[in-house]
Amino acid sequence: MNVKERAMRAPTIELRDVVKVYGSGPAGVRALDRVSLAVAPGEFVAISGPSASGKSTLLHLAGGLDGPTSGTVTVGGEDLAHLRPAELARVRRRQVGYVFQRYNLVASLTAVENVMLPLEFGGMPTRQARGAAVAAIERVGISRPFDRFPDDLSGGERQRVAIARAIAGDRDAILADEPTGALDTITGDLVIELLAELAAAGTSIVLVTHEPRFATWADRVVFMRDGRIVDESVAAAPPSPPAEPPVEVLSP
Amino acid sequence: MHTAYVSVRQGLLALLDQADMYGYQLRSEFEAYTGGAWPLNIGQVYTTLERLERDGLVAITRPAEGDGEDRPAAGGSGGREHKYYAITRAGRDALRDWFEATAGDEPPPRDELLAKVLLALAGGREHALAVVTRQRTALTAALQARRRGLRPTATSPGNGVTALAPTLVADALVSRAEADLRWLDVCEARLAQLSRPAGNGTTPSDDQGEP
Repeated sequence: MNVKERAMRAPTIELRDVVKVYGSGPAGVRALDRVSLAVAPGEFVAISGPSASGKSTLLHLAGGLDGPTSGTVTVGGEDLAHLRPAELARVRRRQVGYVFQRYNLVASLTAVENVMLPLEFGGMPTRQARGAAVAAIERVGISRPFDRFPDDLSGGERQRVAIARAIAGDRDAILADEPTGALDTITGDLVIELLAELAAAGTSIVLVTHEPRFATWADRVVFMRDGRIVDESVAAAPPSPPAEPPVEVLSP
Repeated sequence: MHTAYVSVRQGLLALLDQADMYGYQLRSEFEAYTGGAWPLNIGQVYTTLERLERDGLVAITRPAEGDGEDRPAAGGSGGREHKYYAITRAGRDALRDWFEATAGDEPPPRDELLAKVLLALAGGREHALAVVTRQRTALTAALQARRRGLRPTATSPGNGVTALAPTLVADALVSRAEADLRWLDVCEARLAQLSRPAGNGTTPSDDQGEP
């Protein structure tokens, strides 16, 4: 999908003039200060900034885990403030997937069962949920067997299972909060590259990271400071198919 | 240091942008702002001032009326009246261009980036934050572009050690740019912690004792 095509489609997630204050009165902390951000379908946005700059708060609000003090948050064109609790739960379960630093997998469930869990909570019949879970796990590149437990998986594999859980059931957006925090550089690169591939296939990605290495995979890097967006960097060209590896010439 | 000469030029302009100064003052202010990274001898200061004057970026001016703040210069210039220098309009333009200039495809020479951020402090906290933000955005954009041509898994692992070389070369460039980005992040965090503007043209007082 090119930039023009993206611009013609309504944003998957949009924050408009969002203010978030924790606490009240003089002790209140203004975590977000008039932040506006629109994430297009298939766009990969990284949010970068020092601790307490508001990046995690932004992610929570974008996923409807918390509401703004003022301003609007829309997901798939729906203003979250206008939804009933049951509808909000549906948005959180069906449209948006979350990935965290600590994977948050259930140790007593296999990889495929972990991925099935939110689908079944969402009311999907077991058989169908299993099919969707297996499809998602295959997509993130986990090797068989899929009935291994989290303890039998490497850190990178666990994060892949967590990403499979986030995309299973065709979610429109993935919100990832420091997903590489517990991974080494090469494994982290592979996880971020997977997110970039999912974006290229149409899923919107919002990645919060303080690591410049991982932020630069994104189409757009948004810099935050003191609850505000201070700058952004847009990649010069839209993602193109990987070039022929130049290694052929060097092969014996 | 090779790049120091370039930075001396910009450094003197950045200081004169805050106040008119004479040679010895410029040297001590320059050393204070660059954290001792580039010791200067007074000869370099005067040579640079002469070239800046020749290029129309600074002009010799009279000492201010009733200026009682002359420090005893390190070289002991006796009772001789100091030759004060002032930045010209062309000098201000050149300085602004330098702060705004960002490297293109490649990470900038590290010393140049360091000098730019240190000297931006002379313009105060907000100016320094703006310079850090601009440099970081430019560096991020360069790295984003490079990422597009660098997909680790696109290189088949089965091609032997020679196949690894282009990847390692690319990794080296990316790692260097990352280090610069991380340093700019630290600069931002430290600057953000300064509650008051860093002053205008005066020596920052409490910047010792950082690890």
